[in-house]
Amino acid sequence: MPHHTVYEAKIEHLQILDEDGKLDKKLAKDTLSDDQVVYLYEQMRVCRELDEIAFKLQRSGRMGTYPQNKGQEANAVGSALAMVKGNDWVVPSYRENAALFMHGMPMHYVIQYWMGDERGSKFPEGVNITPLSVPIGTHMLHATGIAWAFKQRKEADRAVITYFGDGATSEGDFHNAMNFASVMQVPCVFYCQNNSWAISLPREQQMNSATVAQKALAYDMPTIQVDGNDIFAVYKATQDARKRAIEGGGPSFIEGVTYRLADHTTADDARRYRDEEELHAWLDKDPLIRTRKYMESVGVWDDKKQEDLENRAKTIVKEVVDAAISVPAPESSEFFDDMYAELPEDLKVQRDTMRTSSIGRNPSQIGLNAQAAEIQ
Amino acid sequence: MAQQTLVGAITSTLDQALERDPEVILLGEDIGTNGGVFRATEGLMAKHGEDRVVSTPLDESGIMGTAIGLAIAGMKAIPEIQFEGFLGPAYDQLVNHGGRMRTRTRGAVTVPMTVRVPVGGGIHAPELHSDSPEAIYTHSPGIKVVMPCTPYDAKGLLNSAIKDPDPVMFFEPKRVYRTFKEEVPEEYYEIPIGEAKTVLDGDDLTVVTWGAPVFQCLEAIDNLPEDVSVELIDLRSIYPFDMDTIAESVQRTGRCVIVHEAPLTCGLGAEIAARIMEECFLHLEAPVQRVTGFDTIMPYYKLENEYLPEAPRIVKGIKECLAY
Repeated sequence: MPHHTVYEAKIEHLQILDEDGKLDKKLAKDTLSDDQVVYLYEQMRVCRELDEIAFKLQRSGRMGTYPQNKGQEANAVGSALAMVKGNDWVVPSYRENAALFMHGMPMHYVIQYWMGDERGSKFPEGVNITPLSVPIGTHMLHATGIAWAFKQRKEADRAVITYFGDGATSEGDFHNAMNFASVMQVPCVFYCQNNSWAISLPREQQMNSATVAQKALAYDMPTIQVDGNDIFAVYKATQDARKRAIEGGGPSFIEGVTYRLADHTTADDARRYRDEEELHAWLDKDPLIRTRKYMESVGVWDDKKQEDLENRAKTIVKEVVDAAISVPAPESSEFFDDMYAELPEDLKVQRDTMRTSSIGRNPSQIGLNAQAAEIQ
Repeated sequence: MAQQTLVGAITSTLDQALERDPEVILLGEDIGTNGGVFRATEGLMAKHGEDRVVSTPLDESGIMGTAIGLAIAGMKAIPEIQFEGFLGPAYDQLVNHGGRMRTRTRGAVTVPMTVRVPVGGGIHAPELHSDSPEAIYTHSPGIKVVMPCTPYDAKGLLNSAIKDPDPVMFFEPKRVYRTFKEEVPEEYYEIPIGEAKTVLDGDDLTVVTWGAPVFQCLEAIDNLPEDVSVELIDLRSIYPFDMDTIAESVQRTGRCVIVHEAPLTCGLGAEIAARIMEECFLHLEAPVQRVTGFDTIMPYYKLENEYLPEAPRIVKGIKECLAY
């Protein structure tokens, strides 16, 4: 048979909770309990509040550039719940705030960070998170590496999840991470938040592929596309992927189809390139709306609870912002002290004199102490 | 003549290049409909078409590597890398292919491309959006490097870069993209790569700098006592750089302070200081001083002004050099 098919594949799409809040009970079996749904809804709502306040802080000049998470929260919370806090590792991009909080990152760190202070990435002991990845699509290799270590050390109950966007899958490092993970069969979950836009480039121009999920086929990696605004589908897909990972089944790929309801960052203006109608169509698919509808339909939520949550979210976020603002301003020595485990002598001199000029670093070399003192 | 900002001068120069030469092609992330994140290509796609002003996939290696291919095929490729911090994935293509193609083939295959990259700090940008990597590419043979800091110089150097038969890194100091306007002639002109500009004439000390720190140096010099006469040289071209202008000045003043945003160790200041030692040794009255960024990661914006060579630190450097 000289001419025959050697490989065939398909991509499945999973949706359990539709945009009207209607649940497919059969598919939802063994996924989220109603208590968990309420918990995830609360996480999403608080995260949304933080997002809005962060936006206002930037607009009022109290914070630098900030990328809003608005509209994508279900991806973060559904997947984060399926991973084990303090045991697994989370290797994020920068639009997964809720997942970071659920895995132990103090909420005010995120505000402190975007206020221009690296100490917002100084995670407390036991919080297994890598810092936000600024160069797009380059960090997934670290997830592969961490997962490789688990396999190497036979820590069979541990897995890694890494998040990235649709645009990130154009970077070479994405493919490198996928190939290594597949070849080494490491316990890693690749979660793509396909939010349709990489700044101004729509997904259709980012790739000439019908789905992002199919990219995993090249690496023979189990792959699925889910409704990323559906916490049930996100949770189920991640739960399956994690189970496979810790049972030695290797890496998995999840494409969460979602939408960036805000601008790319506060430095962006999506009206320049994005159709308002498209945005409005997606506003109806907001994960918060459908989750609330579902909770109301099963009687675990009502207006009173909603009002309480909104008040609570405001209080939490106010406390978070206050906490971030009340952190004492960093000293200039901050950016020296953690350059190395032990600071080289030369760098200590730079730190202590805050000078690079040779005379300024050592006035005594020419007996200029008197003049140097005057110059200060 | 028109009053233009630095970024405005870049836009109109690219516009004229596209108009003048059908082989010119612009490629980069968000440069089409969005006009680039700094709006340097604003309106160019609408005017010249999306096949000539191309919003590419999010892939710096892809942008650089295909620009090399376009250039090899004889086109005038002008890739944009969105921020200097994203040059990492493109490094291999640029340094290991772009800079080596001509000499590996002894001139048979060449790469006439101009890589536009916003660089430097001072705008409260996110991490990895404020670095000054010029020395890295200066240390990579086969690549020319320029960094204009005025609208007039931007146009003249961009025209020279586009015309140049070899790869040119065209670094744009984002801190001065929109800080001021000046007259930029409508007609085509070039500023030769490798020619510095003496911004201020002086007799007591020479300050050599480039990019945004030119303005911090002007501020520092303004704050010196009236009777101190400082010569200020804006290098403009980083490789090749204009050693003749520096040597002539330093042989006259006997003192030199070099200012740059990039880290001290192995920064371009080190090379200039070595050349001064070689060419001006008997004229020197003081050791060459360097006022630069520290040998640390460029800090996130809360501390960026502590890192950058701002005017007060430059004043100290000048005074100490004069006191020697």
